[in-house]
Amino acid sequence: MTGPGNFGMRTPGALEAVEGSARPTLTQPRGISGSRVVSWLIFAAGIFYFFLPLVATLLFSLRLQPLGKAYDNVLNHDPRFVSSLIYSGLVGLGTIAISILLIVPTAYWVRLRVPRARPYVEFITLLPFVIPPVILVFSLLRAFSGPPFQLSGSHEGLNVLVVCAYVILSYPYMYRAVDAGLRAIDVRTLTEAAQSMGAGWTRILWSVILPNLRVALISGAFLTLAIVIGEYTIASFLVRPAFGPYLALLGRDKAFEPAAVTIISFGVTWLAMGLIAFLGRGSRQGVQLTGGR
Amino acid sequence: MTVAPAAEVTEIAPGAPSRPGRRLNLAWLGVMPFFIFSAAFLIIPVGVLLAGSFFSATNGALTLDNYVELNQPQIIQAYGTSIEISLVTAVVGGIFGLLLAYAVILGGLPRFLRAFLMTFSGVASNFAGVPLALAFIYTLGFQGIFTKFLEGTFGFQLYDPSTGFSLYTKLGLEIVYLYFQFPLMVLIMAPAIDGLRKEWREASENMGATSATYWRSVALPILAPTILGTIILLFGNAFGAQATAYNLAPLVPVVTNVISAQISGDVFHNPGLGYALAVGMIVIMAVAIFVYTRLQKISERWLRS
Repeated sequence: MTGPGNFGMRTPGALEAVEGSARPTLTQPRGISGSRVVSWLIFAAGIFYFFLPLVATLLFSLRLQPLGKAYDNVLNHDPRFVSSLIYSGLVGLGTIAISILLIVPTAYWVRLRVPRARPYVEFITLLPFVIPPVILVFSLLRAFSGPPFQLSGSHEGLNVLVVCAYVILSYPYMYRAVDAGLRAIDVRTLTEAAQSMGAGWTRILWSVILPNLRVALISGAFLTLAIVIGEYTIASFLVRPAFGPYLALLGRDKAFEPAAVTIISFGVTWLAMGLIAFLGRGSRQGVQLTGGR
Repeated sequence: MTVAPAAEVTEIAPGAPSRPGRRLNLAWLGVMPFFIFSAAFLIIPVGVLLAGSFFSATNGALTLDNYVELNQPQIIQAYGTSIEISLVTAVVGGIFGLLLAYAVILGGLPRFLRAFLMTFSGVASNFAGVPLALAFIYTLGFQGIFTKFLEGTFGFQLYDPSTGFSLYTKLGLEIVYLYFQFPLMVLIMAPAIDGLRKEWREASENMGATSATYWRSVALPILAPTILGTIILLFGNAFGAQATAYNLAPLVPVVTNVISAQISGDVFHNPGLGYALAVGMIVIMAVAIFVYTRLQKISERWLRS
């Protein structure tokens, strides 16, 4: 980007050209190679910081002899590993379904019919940034621990609470993804075309709007799934048999197995992010903040 | 003559005031499921917490006592520690993330490294909580691989009393938080650096500016709101972190650890104080996010990619 092409383009006057080209040829090559070395150093530092914990965890997980025993223990002899993954996966699917059902019609309707609702909707979808998961679960426990709506007393009730809490966490990036997706298509014309052919609202949303939001929804769904599977705070305070609390407990009980599970969960995160990056090629990278930090 | 206005009146008068009114109401009905869900699982519960912070837990009277009670050494220390950790990791992570984004976009590195950096930033900014805490325990913990490596290769005792180092302290938390802080900075700064137009650089070069002058007088002022805003966002990002802190160092007095203890065991023996503690946290987060969104608006003026 700072290529020499720039210099070729600017040849306004002889004097300036001499002045302008003399200095860069003296300083620029050295400057570029010097700054390139610095760039490499910074990049190397970043890579070192990024990979050191991963390599260490991997090495640690391989220490249990025979090689790969820690993985074998987890994958084949620990039913809670699979059951917690399945539980978190199901919760994630439920979260995605409800989040899409809530956000898509809302974003569509705001764009088409009630633009005056936009500031309120945007404010609410921003709230999960302001209210950290630990506060959200604190307030849910207080609000739903007694009549009139007691949900914290039974497994069913707690399952409802955990899904609803995750739907709230998914607001910021689901809404942004859907809103950006809607901006890219001509919602009004599509709606009018569908209406003139006699489609009702559900049919418009299901067969016209949703297919056009495919990419936005799929990357939003993967992000939700990745976050829900790794989430710890809400799941642990709601005493759910989810993956995050399982890993935390394993970390207290065992030495090598948690390292194996950490590596596996890192692989899952990488897979999810890779899929999102692949789906969203060329578009802006999703930035999310409401996960389980 | 009398018929026409009458017809006009009957056509407009009942139609005009009621039609927009009814259409508005019906249209608002379409967004009601979202508002009802948000009210039930976000706004009312948080409202309950907020309201609870203004009532005495002993006699139910309206009071500010809970907020007065925040003024005790234990709680002030918790807020202080949280703010310090968030500030340090936001500034260090912000500067390092900015340098990294610059290096990979404008620093003359091969292009494929950029795609690689962006993907790994996406992964790393999402790799938090329990697995992150565990990964660092395996690295820099007492028995950690890197701890042992330093000892075996350089004879350096990381956990020697003279170094005073421990992963399970404030410093340890800062080292670990940086892992998700700087990648987030990279993710937000990279598009902003991309948004710097080539024409601006050419224009300043045409006027004889050196690269340093261009950065000092053109690029950095344009990027400043984004940089500052993202650092504030990183502050909030660290301030609200619970899973990492709780699983790495539950005894370091950060606010989220104190609130966790209060949720599971009412350690203050005063629920109202717990609510006030939570509200204090929401207030700090709200200020951070508000400033961030303001600065974001300012930077959007220049950086439209």
